[in-house]
Amino acid sequence: MASLRASSVLKHAFLLLGAIVMAFPFYWMLTTSFKSFVEAQSYPPTFLPSVWHFENWIEAWNFPNTRWPRSFLNTIFVATTVTLGTIVTAVLAAYAFARMSFRGRTVLFSLFLLTIFIPNEATLIPNFVLMSRRYLGWYDTYTAQIVPFLASVFSIFLLRQFFLGVPKELQEAARLDGAGHLRFLWSVALPLVRPALITVALINFLASWNSFLWPLLVTSSPDIRPIQVALLPFSNEAGTQYHLLMAGASFVILPTVAVYLVAQRYFIEGVARSGIRG
Amino acid sequence: MLAGDTRAAQRRRRVLIEHLEAYLFVLPAVVLVGVFDVLPSIAAFAMSLTRWGVIYERFAGVENYQAILDPTGTRFAEFANALGVTIWYVLLTVPVEMAIALAVAFVLYQGTVGRGMYRAVYFMPYITSVVAAALVFEWIFDSNFGFLNWALSFVGIGSQDWLREPSGVFQMIASGVGIELPSALAGPSLALVAVSIFTVWHFIGFQTVIFLAGLTNISREYYEAARIDGAGGWQIFRKITLPLLSPSIFFVFIIATIGAMRAFSQIYVLTNGGPLDTTRTVSMLIFRTFFERTSSNGIGLGAAMSFILVLIVVGITVLQFRIAGRKVFYG
Repeated sequence: MASLRASSVLKHAFLLLGAIVMAFPFYWMLTTSFKSFVEAQSYPPTFLPSVWHFENWIEAWNFPNTRWPRSFLNTIFVATTVTLGTIVTAVLAAYAFARMSFRGRTVLFSLFLLTIFIPNEATLIPNFVLMSRRYLGWYDTYTAQIVPFLASVFSIFLLRQFFLGVPKELQEAARLDGAGHLRFLWSVALPLVRPALITVALINFLASWNSFLWPLLVTSSPDIRPIQVALLPFSNEAGTQYHLLMAGASFVILPTVAVYLVAQRYFIEGVARSGIRG
Repeated sequence: MLAGDTRAAQRRRRVLIEHLEAYLFVLPAVVLVGVFDVLPSIAAFAMSLTRWGVIYERFAGVENYQAILDPTGTRFAEFANALGVTIWYVLLTVPVEMAIALAVAFVLYQGTVGRGMYRAVYFMPYITSVVAAALVFEWIFDSNFGFLNWALSFVGIGSQDWLREPSGVFQMIASGVGIELPSALAGPSLALVAVSIFTVWHFIGFQTVIFLAGLTNISREYYEAARIDGAGGWQIFRKITLPLLSPSIFFVFIIATIGAMRAFSQIYVLTNGGPLDTTRTVSMLIFRTFFERTSSNGIGLGAAMSFILVLIVVGITVLQFRIAGRKVFYG
């Protein structure tokens, strides 16, 4: 009994220590963002601001040559469009793969799965060239940030798993009532797979919100660049004013953390499911 | 006879319509994946056979590959260095991430108070933006006022310039006891270790969640049977948990290795390939080469490098399947 309790204490100590390390960067970001310039650079560091400078966030928000509202709107616009579009293409394809019979279904689905293994490095340069004026002419547009991401094989895969779980009898009954596929999909199947839809929406939104390399490559004007890319010139100009830098990092990180805290079940289940069956 | 014919014809028409409808359903996804994934990967190979900088110049055959693989050339030196850095990066991140994630998942699985809360905290870094989180780590790693140097001063470790220190870590440790190592044994630079620390922090949660899901799928009966047979905790872990979890472990091993081989954003923000190219992984080198396109042959060379990287990644994945895949237990 005594050893049992000791091991349980040990377990908690291990988990707690790990959790502190994992959460520390968030804590350090927030507390630094409220310190004065001098206090942020004091040594030894202080664990809480001696005076809370909430105005740091306003200063960071109004930082010269940085237009946070514009960058935020860009990101929100791109991420929302990508998410909605991906859901439409993924739902249709996943439903067809799970519930409709057509020639070449297995081959096509296998090909889709194979594309997961195409590494980004291989497609990055050709896609960049594809955006140039010579071909699609999408360089430095929203279109370039949106259209290439409107189909997600991962989402199709996940949704197909869920559509496979919709009882066949329901489909039969719908057919007898004269409902076609689209009608059945819209009024019966979709409501049944709602949790999967939420997972897919969240994961695609997050991926789009956090995407960096592609928008860095295909955009140049600050007017259409997303926050991830806008953060870099801001960090260069803020230099070693770490209290402002941390306020800027908070702007980018906190919205996703907020969404995550509300909906973490869907994130974690999505990763666990696709992970196991991937 | 006639009636049968019309019925068959009707059936055929229904099937045809159903097929057409299905094709319409998959069409958008097929077009998008085709245009932005499949065609570009074919085009990548074609581009690697050209001289292409600002504009397309000419077909160049295997010139780019020759330039990269010629042991006397500067391109080879760059690429070999980048490959070495990439391999160190994989070795510094993948085993560490997996060991910690496995331990955390195992302890969480045994059921403790606040399991959901712990899981949420461990997973949180994974959903944060790499760029913004890397900025936070830049601050923690700061050589003058960073938190890490302050914390380490309590265990007697002197201030380090984490992100700008090109010396190999083995050499740094050896110097502590006055030993001079040959440069081949100097090890990865401290800067690469710092980038790896960030990477481990960022990805542990993802792996923990997958391991936890795998553990939850193991039937309790196995454990009970083992316990009745008098197996101890470590024995149960070795003989039951590990084999039954091996598909998840293998999956994470593959995914994490591929991910580390192509890491970009965190390195771009934290060190931008420096100091002295000691964090310039292959992806970083491809990016830089590609941006030389304004002066020379960036697209051709960059595409060739990506193609070589893809071959290496595929080769390593095949090796992993050959060597570790055999040990995976699929029930």
